[in-house]
Amino acid sequence: MWVYEKKLQYPVKVTSCNPTLAKYLIEQYGGADGELAAALRYLNQRYTIPDKVIGLLTDIGTEEFAHLEMIATMIYKLTKDATPEQLKAAGIADHYVNHDSALFYHNAAGVPFTASYIAAKGDPIADLYEDIAAEEKARATYQWIINMSDDPDLNDSLRFLREREIIHSQRFREAVEILKEERDRKIFF
Amino acid sequence: MSSSNQKSYVPYHSPYDPCPPIGKKYYSTPPNLYMGFQPYNLPQYSPKEALQKGTLWPAFYDYYENPYERRR
Amino acid sequence: MPSTLPEEFYQWMEELQAVDFVLVELTLYLDTHPQDQSAVQQFNQFAKQRKQIKRAIESKYGPLQQYGNSYSGMPWNWSDGPWPWQV
Repeated sequence: MWVYEKKLQYPVKVTSCNPTLAKYLIEQYGGADGELAAALRYLNQRYTIPDKVIGLLTDIGTEEFAHLEMIATMIYKLTKDATPEQLKAAGIADHYVNHDSALFYHNAAGVPFTASYIAAKGDPIADLYEDIAAEEKARATYQWIINMSDDPDLNDSLRFLREREIIHSQRFREAVEILKEERDRKIFF
Repeated sequence: MSSSNQKSYVPYHSPYDPCPPIGKKYYSTPPNLYMGFQPYNLPQYSPKEALQKGTLWPAFYDYYENPYERRR
Repeated sequence: MPSTLPEEFYQWMEELQAVDFVLVELTLYLDTHPQDQSAVQQFNQFAKQRKQIKRAIESKYGPLQQYGNSYSGMPWNWSDGPWPWQV
């Protein structure tokens, strides 16, 4: 089971009242390479992978939910005090007419989240390579969002999340090595 | 910041392309691509600094900013 | 929780976030390096430290976790805001 903690993984601060940024950030909420897809991908793959990497998939999958909460926090803070007029000016009128300022799992273009974002081949190597690719794609998405954003505090949180993708990719690469070579069975350094 | 973790290339520009050339296109090649299996006992950041950087190990730290902004 | 949080709350929170972040990093590292003895030692040391910080925060600001991983005040104070995305 999971136990919630009343705490963000990283303090999220947003300086400017710029709801347009929420439109971009939703890509990492309900998009193909977003945090929800990542969490569900890893936690689902756990059931059909060698025991040696189940712990890693569990822990990275769990951390992704913490990232999802950070993204939700950013979107929440950017939209909670916006009037319909401001949301219209920010280009999120089409979200507003369906959802008001409720969060919804869709991408920046409004495409709803779908299970087909979550690969599960059942082959440990294929799935781990998928995970490595997913982390690199999420890293790239954070770069593109940072390129679109001029909010220094928001970019600080986005840089944290981008760096986490780098670490996750590293660990998945190591997981592949473990499955290839049965590494770390013995002390090898 | 220009680091070795950022590479660039110049896309072909045709005389029939409608927009002025962007010049360089940039892409990241972060440290995880070069590390291999992480060795034991790498130097660490302090806990506060690690949180701020997003990693415990300086060897993985890769600061990112908009490379197209810098160009202007 | 009081409706406006004092600056001290944010400092405590960041203290916990920093220690917890080391624990997250070491967790993922140890998942692929289970034989690294000094990393295991560091992990256990930080796990102890996070317990102390958690206790200090909860004594002033209420439970951080649920399902019995934190003690409740009287009345039940889990639902008291503000929540992490609100602060």
